[in-house]
Amino acid sequence: MSELAAQLREWRAAIERLLPPWWSKWWNKGLAALLLVVGVILPFLTGSNSGFLNGTIVAVAYAVMALGLNVVVGMAGLLDLGYVAFYAFGAYCVGWFGSGFFFGTRVHVGVSPAASRLAGIHLNFVLILIAAVVICAVAGIIIGLPTLRLRGDYIAIVTLAFGEIIGVLAVNGQSIGVGGGMTLTAGNLGISAVDPPWFPGSGSFSLLDLRPWYWLIFGILLIVLFVNLRLRDSRLGRAWVALREDEVAAVSMGVPLVKTKLMAYATGAAFGGMAGAFFGAYFTVVNAGQFAFGFSIFILAMVVVGGIGSIWGALAGGLLLGYINNYLIPDVLNNLPQSFGLNFQLTSVSFGIFGFLLVLVMTVRPQGLFPERRRKLELTGEVAAQDAELGSEPEGPA
Amino acid sequence: MLATGPGAAALAAIRRYAGRWGLIAALAALPVYYSVTDLANGYQAAVVAGHPVIHHDLSRLGFNFAEGLSDGAIWALIAIGYTLVYGIIELINFAHGDVFMLGSFTAVGMWSVLGLSLTTSMLGVIGGLAVALIIAMLTTGTLNVLIERVAYKPLRSAPKVAPLITAIGFSFILQNVGLLWRGGSQQSVTDLIGAQKVVFTVGGVPVLRGYILAWAVMVPLVFAVSWFINRTRPGKAMRATAQDPEAARLMGINVSNTISLTFLLGGALAGAAGLIYAVYETQVWYFQGFRAGLFAFTAAVMGGIGNVRGAVLGGLIIGVIQALSDERIGPQWTEAIVFAYLIAIMVLRPTGLLGEETREAG
Repeated sequence: MSELAAQLREWRAAIERLLPPWWSKWWNKGLAALLLVVGVILPFLTGSNSGFLNGTIVAVAYAVMALGLNVVVGMAGLLDLGYVAFYAFGAYCVGWFGSGFFFGTRVHVGVSPAASRLAGIHLNFVLILIAAVVICAVAGIIIGLPTLRLRGDYIAIVTLAFGEIIGVLAVNGQSIGVGGGMTLTAGNLGISAVDPPWFPGSGSFSLLDLRPWYWLIFGILLIVLFVNLRLRDSRLGRAWVALREDEVAAVSMGVPLVKTKLMAYATGAAFGGMAGAFFGAYFTVVNAGQFAFGFSIFILAMVVVGGIGSIWGALAGGLLLGYINNYLIPDVLNNLPQSFGLNFQLTSVSFGIFGFLLVLVMTVRPQGLFPERRRKLELTGEVAAQDAELGSEPEGPA
Repeated sequence: MLATGPGAAALAAIRRYAGRWGLIAALAALPVYYSVTDLANGYQAAVVAGHPVIHHDLSRLGFNFAEGLSDGAIWALIAIGYTLVYGIIELINFAHGDVFMLGSFTAVGMWSVLGLSLTTSMLGVIGGLAVALIIAMLTTGTLNVLIERVAYKPLRSAPKVAPLITAIGFSFILQNVGLLWRGGSQQSVTDLIGAQKVVFTVGGVPVLRGYILAWAVMVPLVFAVSWFINRTRPGKAMRATAQDPEAARLMGINVSNTISLTFLLGGALAGAAGLIYAVYETQVWYFQGFRAGLFAFTAAVMGGIGNVRGAVLGGLIIGVIQALSDERIGPQWTEAIVFAYLIAIMVLRPTGLLGEETREAG
C-alpha cells in the first residue's frame, strides 16, 4: 500500500519535472477561475426557482457555516459543539432588525419603499449582516472565555452547554419582556414576515426568483473563503495551528493564548452569524425550533467529512452534506427503506445517517476527503510514528 | 495579565476564594433562597373551599429535596458510567445517555414480554421488574462494549478529538434506533408500581413508591460497584489501568479487556437507570438520553471526574437542582439552569467537589 503510494508520488514528481515551472501556478489559478465562472453562471443552467437551485443555495449557506466552524474546530483545534448558537444569533439579527417584530419602534435605514412604511426596525440586509457579525463575534468571545483554561474535551461540553442555553432562551424568549409589550423572541411561533433583502437597483428579493438569493450567498461565500485563506497564511493562522499542535510549546514561544483562542471563537462565530442571517432571511421565518443541538453536529459532520482543518475540505463537506440533506435523502433515497420492506422514511433518520458518517469517516479516513497536509499526518498517526522513531515518548494512553 | 502590586494580590485572593467557595455558594444559593422565602413569605400549600392555605415551613423544600434525590438516583447511576470511562480512557462517552435510553426501552419491552400489567400481583411485579432489570443491564452493558470495540478502540492512538467525534456519531445513531423502535413522541408506559402513591409521610414530606424504587435499585448497585472496584482483582486492574495504562500492561494486565469491562459496568448501570426512569416517570422517549446524558455528565464533573463517590454526590445534587427548578422556576428553564451550573463548575472548580481522579490530575 505504502509502496504504491510512494510509486505514485514518484510518478507525479516526474510529471511535474517535465512541465514548465509556471504550470502548477497557472493550473491552480485556472482551476479557481473556472470554478468561479461556473459558480456565477450556475443559476442560468437551471430554472429560476427550481428545486436544484434551492438545494444549491442552502448547500452554499451550509458551506459558509462549515467554513466558520472549521476555523474553530479545524484551525484552532477547539471542538465547538454549540455552533448552533451563532446560527440563532445570526437569524435573530434578521428577526430583530429586519421585521416588524419590535412593533413599538420605527427605525428604517436603507430599506425598500414598502418596508419603510412598516413599524419595527428595518435595516438594509448589509447592515443586518454587519450586526450579525458583530453580535456573533461578541457572543463567540463570551462563550470562549470560560473555556480558556479547560482541556479539549471539556471545551466541547461547555460550548455545547452554551448552545443549549441559547436554544432554551430562544424557545422561552416569548416570556422575556424587553419593554413596551415586546418580547425577546417569538419562541416556537417564530418571527415571520421577515424583510427580504433589498438593494438599490435589484428590488426586493422574492422566492419566485431564486437567482438573486444565490448570488448573494455566493458572494458571502467568496468573502468568507477569501478571509479564510488569508487568515490561514497569516500570523494569526499560524498561531492557531501552533496552539492546536502543542499549547505549552506555543505559549512558551510567545503566542498569546487568550487573544489567539478568542480570535478563533470570534472569527468562527462571525462567519456562522453571516450564514445564520442569510438563513433567517431566506426561510422568511425565525423559529426557535430550528436551533437544536443536531444542527451543530450536522455542521461538525461537514467539517469532519471534508477534512478537519482543511478550508477546501470544509467547503466541499458543506456542499456535499448540504446536497445530501436537501436533495439526496428527501428526494432520491427517501423511500429506499420501504423497498426493503421497512416501514419508515429515510428523512426521519437523517441525523442517524450523519452520525454514521461521523463514525465511518473517523474510523476509516480520519483526515477526511480533502485533508490538509499537516492535519493528515497528525490524524493518521504518522507524526506519532516519526516521534517514536526519534526516541521521544508517544503521547496518550496505549 | 501580568499586573503586579496590591491590586494583583487582591485579585489572586478573590480567585482563591472563588475557587474554594464559589461552587459551594452557587450550589447553596437556590435552597437557601427558597427556604428563606418559604419561611418569610410563606407559600400556598393547598386551596380549601376557595381560600388559599398559606404555610410558613420547610416542607415544600423537603418535598423538592425528596423528589430531587430520587431523580438524582437516576443521574447518579448514569454519571458513574461517565466517570469510570473518563477515568480509564479520558473520553467523554457521548453515546452513554443514549445507551441509557435504550436501557429504558429494553426494560419496557421486557414488561410486555413478561406480561406485566396493572393486574399483576405485587410479588409478580417485583419479580418481573427484577428480571427486566437484569436483562436491561445485560443488554446495555453489551451494547456499550460493542460501541467501544467499533468506535473507540480503533482510535486509541488518535488525537483525543477523534473518539469524541465518533462518540457523538454513535449517540445520533442510537437515538435514531430508538426513534425507529418506539416512534418520535413521548410514550406513556404502564404505571406498574403506582409510582406516585404515597407510602408514608415524614414531617409533612410525602415519600412516594417511585422514590423507594429508585433508592432500592441505586443504593445496592452503588455499593456493589464500589466493592467491585475496590475489593476485586478485575477492579484493581481497572484502577491500575486508569492510573497508568502503560505500567498496567507491563504488570501483565490485559488493558484492552479491562477497558471493555469498564464499558460493561458503565453500560449496565445505565441500563438500571433506564429501568428506574421508565417505572418512575412512566414515560419513555427516544430523546430522553440526550438530556439525561448531559445532566449526568454535569453530575460527574461536579463530583470530580473519575471519582465514583463524586459521581453519586453530583448526581444527587443535580437531581435536587432539577427538582427545585422544575417546581419553582418552571420545567422549561431546567435545562438552561443545569447547564449554567455546568459552566459555573468549569469556571470555578473544574476539578469538582471531591477532586478528580484522572492521570492529568496526578
